[in-house]
Parts: sequence; C-alpha cells; structure tokens
Amino acid sequence: MNHLAVLPLAIPALAGALLLIFGGNRPLLARALGLAATALGAAAAAMLAADSLSGEYRVYALGNWAAPFGIVLVADRLSALLVLLTSVIAMAALAYAANGWDLRGRHFHALFQFQLMGINGAFLTGDLFNLFVFFEVLLIASYCLLLHGLGQQRLRAAVHYVAVNLTGSGVFLIAVSLLYGVTGTLNMAQLAERIAQAPEADIALVRAAGLMLLGVFAVKAALFPLYFWLPATYASASAPVAALFAIMTKVGVYSILRVTTLMFGGDSGAASNLVSPWLLPLALLTLALGVIGALGAKRLGELVAHLTIASVGTLLTTVAAGGSAALAGALYYLVHSTVIVAALFLLTDLIARQRGAAADALVAAGALRQPVLLGIAFLLGAATVAGAPPSAGFLGKVMILQGTAGAGASPWIWATILASSLAALVACSRAGSVLLWKVGAEPAPEALPARGGEWLSLGALMAVSLLLVAFAGPLHRHAEATAAQLLEPAQYVQSVVGGNTERAPRPLGRELPR
Amino acid sequence: MELLLSSGLGVVTACGVFLLLRGRTFSVVLGLSLLSYAVNLFIFTMGRVTAGAPPVVTEGAAAYTDPLPQALVLTAIVIGFGMTAFFLGLAVRAYGESGSDHVDGTEAADRPEEPR
Repeated sequence: MNHLAVLPLAIPALAGALLLIFGGNRPLLARALGLAATALGAAAAAMLAADSLSGEYRVYALGNWAAPFGIVLVADRLSALLVLLTSVIAMAALAYAANGWDLRGRHFHALFQFQLMGINGAFLTGDLFNLFVFFEVLLIASYCLLLHGLGQQRLRAAVHYVAVNLTGSGVFLIAVSLLYGVTGTLNMAQLAERIAQAPEADIALVRAAGLMLLGVFAVKAALFPLYFWLPATYASASAPVAALFAIMTKVGVYSILRVTTLMFGGDSGAASNLVSPWLLPLALLTLALGVIGALGAKRLGELVAHLTIASVGTLLTTVAAGGSAALAGALYYLVHSTVIVAALFLLTDLIARQRGAAADALVAAGALRQPVLLGIAFLLGAATVAGAPPSAGFLGKVMILQGTAGAGASPWIWATILASSLAALVACSRAGSVLLWKVGAEPAPEALPARGGEWLSLGALMAVSLLLVAFAGPLHRHAEATAAQLLEPAQYVQSVVGGNTERAPRPLGRELPR
Repeated sequence: MELLLSSGLGVVTACGVFLLLRGRTFSVVLGLSLLSYAVNLFIFTMGRVTAGAPPVVTEGAAAYTDPLPQALVLTAIVIGFGMTAFFLGLAVRAYGESGSDHVDGTEAADRPEEPR
C-alpha cells in the first residue's frame, strides 16, 4: 500500500509528540524541530498534490481495515490542493513565529503541529465521525494557540470562541449520529449512496441532519449569522496564529463543499440540492456584512478579519450558485484569499509594532520606521484582497463572475460581489491613508523595525500571490479538473467502497436484524 | 422506554441550552456539560434501544445491540471531558485576569453605555 496519503497526518502527529517531550524547556530545539517537521510535511503535501494530478482517488485504509468498517483517508484533487495550501501557510506562519513570537508562551511548536494535524486530517478523512474528531483536534489546538501570549483581550475572545465551538461540536454529534441512525454507516462514500436510497419515512430525518451539518460547518466557515465570534478572535490572536487561522475558515468551506457535492448533490434522491437554497442568501449576506464590517473597523486587525468573512461569503456564494465553471473560479479564489489574508495578518503585526501605543488602531500616530517597504506591502496586499487588476484577487473574481453568469440568481451575485469589491477597496484605502500618511514626524520611541526573517515570511506569501497571477492559466485548468472531479461523486463512491455496497456496519433502515 | 428516553433527552437539552445562554461562565460550563450528556445519550439511542442483547455478533445469536454507537459515545465522552476541563481552566483564568466571571469579562454596571 502506498503510504503517501497518511504522511500529512503522521508527520505533525509524531513531531507534536516529540515536541511535547523534548521541546518544553529547549526553545531553540523546539524551533528547529517545528520548522523541520513543517518543511517535511510540506514536501509530503507537494508529493500528494503531484500525485493527485492524475485524477485518481488515493484511498488509504487506516490500519488496513476495509472501507465501510474501517476509517479511510481519501486524497483527491481538492484534498491534496488544500493540504498543500495549508503547508504553504503553515511554513510562512511558523517562519514568522520563529522570530520571537514562539517564545512568548510554552509549547507553541507542539500546538502548532497538532493544529496542522487536525487541519490536514479534516481535509483528508473519508469518514464523517472521523471528521468530527479532526475538528476537535484542530479546535483544541486552536484554543491554546489563540491564548498564546495571554492578555485579557485574548482571554475574553477565547471564552466566546470556545463556548461557540463546543456548542457546535454538540450539534455536529447530533447530526452525525442521526445520519448513522438512518443509514447505518459513517463512511462518507457509503453515506452518499444510502442517503439517495433512504426510505420515504426517513427523508425528513436525513434532511434535518444535513441542515444541522450545514449549521456546524457554517460556524467553522463563519457564515452569517454564525460569524460573530470571528472578528474578535482573529484580531486578538497573535500574528502567526491569525495567519494560520486564515486556513481554518476554509476547513468549514471545504466541509460544506464536500458534503454538498458528495452527500447532498444532484443525484441524492429526495435529499438532492438540500443546502443551496439556504446557502446562497446567507452567503450573499455574509459577503455584504463582511465588507460593511471592514468599512466600520476601528483596527487594522478587525479590518482584515472582516475581509476574511467577506472572502468566505464570496466563496460560498459561488459554491451555492453551483456549476463546474463557478466551482473552478471558487477554488482559485479560495487559494488566493487564504494566502493574501494570511499575508495581511502578518503585515498587520509589522505595522502595529512600529506605531507604539496606537498599535493597529486606525488613528493618527507617529511615523513608521520602515514606511516605504511597509507601504509597498500594504498597497500590494490591499489591491490583491480588494481585487484590483492585475492581482490574483481580480482574476479570481473574474473567474467567479464568468462562472456564475448563467445562474438564476446571477444579478444578485454580480451586484453583491462587484459592490463589495468597491467597498473593500474603500475600506483598505481609508486604512492605508491613516496608517501611512496621517503620521507624525517622528517614529514612536518604542517602535521596533521588522526583522529580516519576518520580511522573508511576508515576502514569501506575497510572492505566492504573484505566482498565482503568473501561473493563472495552468492553475485555472487544475481548478477546472478539480471541480469536474467534485461534481462526479459516483467516482468517489466507486473508488472508496467499490462493489462492496451491501456490507456496512448496519443495514439501511430502522430495525436491526433479529 | 423510548418515550422516557426521548423526553428525558429533551429536558436535559433544554436545561443545557438555558444554562448556556446565561451570562456567567460557570453556568455556561454547566450548560455545556448538560448538553454533552444529552448528546452522548442521543448517540447511544441511535443504535436503537435494545435490552439484554450482546454487543457482539456470535454464532447463533438471535439479536445483538449495535456496538458502533457505544464506541462513538466513548470517543465523544473523552473529547467532551477534555473540552470541559479546558473550558473550566479557561474560565478560572479569565476570572483571575479580569476579576469578573461574566462571559464578557466585565460586570454589566462597569460597561460603558452604548453610544446613542
């Protein structure tokens, strides 16, 4: 058996355990080990992504237990792409943290590895209960990472964040067990099959479970009305953690995408297209409220957090509109928005540290120590996130607009996306003019110039964003292939359970055999 | 039996949600615990309520209880326990830092009036 698919899980799990044992009191060793493990994980992710180009599903049976009984990992184009994206963001965030952030609390590197394990696991798993477990792994690590460095504001944000997510976990469990009760399986491929065959009497239960799943994933993805935890959480997290959190909302988006295409897609019988009528208006509202929040933000961190929400709104709008072309645009936009939001969180920290007591508040303060470099980085970042040509954001939005042109709700979608792009541009210009131009003559005495390693991390993310433009053609073709694969759930089912469809933990229906 | 279980689950869930919506962290912790009890029992009942049957299929067994939900409950209990312990620690720490056990970190009287 080829073990490639399990490496993005095994490497951080092993590294995290080693870091807990050996890294607690040796910060430099922990830093080296963390960076090495993340680089190794990135190499494995790159190999997995290269492997997925063939379009085959790589199914890995954990412990070699056959599919419907054991837990499987399934690496297709989408999973491999997102695991690779996670590695890129993680590498940049960790390299940034290695310039001092990681020393502000204990076990930063161990927690970081466990967070990576949870995220990669959520992207790769082919089992619904296992998805819950990986959600919990990434959440508990994120709670601790959010608290990294402590402070009253972080504690308050953490109390809200933890309470919301614990409630979400409860609802997730209810939905999962309800689906198990009706279908007798937790394997996502077999669930897809059995939901389509569910008896008439159970359809209402299946639909209820599906919508509960949407609710849970909406909490993770920060969809209206469940996004209110996000701005305070992301704005108060330390910079490298916030940059890593940029991928966390995408875990929710991925889960929605996976569940809607696989289990509640076009061929799912009475449960077909369950989610999209709810998703479209909610996503449009999320987009609108995200940019309104960005316009009203009082701090740069809050502004970036609201732009994260807006990017989720754009993505889910496109997912809800459906169709292969729209989905391809959404996938390109997903990669772009994650990279640029992570870069902006790092940039926020660099700017905040050079403004003394004002930090990242959008008020007049002393001059920046490195105004030219920071100004260029901000210009690039703001133009990209708002979608000004010729940035990756512009290309992504063009693909989305072209992809949704035929959809029934396209006037709504086009109007909201275009207006929100303008609003995002206004919000970024306002922030930029305050931060870069409305300044005193002297830098604040406690202002710290950014270090070389920090510039390197930020520059790397910016460079990735530019590469997304340079290689937009091949990337778009890959996104199209990925979208096509997503819209062929029958292939997924065939690869995972094969002909083995009759056997399952329990037969379909209400009664156990007696 | 089914009626008793389902109505009991409903009551526990309702109490959990009520406590979850209170303003003090301790009530929130209790609410989350109640909610996770209800959820665990719910998972358990999704394997159907069967009495006096073994959870393992053996030769010639007339009936069996579904063992999978029991395994799921075990996982959910462990995770829920860890999360509750973490949240308790977090609540105590937040109380220590801010001097208030309100979930917003300040007493209602201390909060500034909303600008009109």
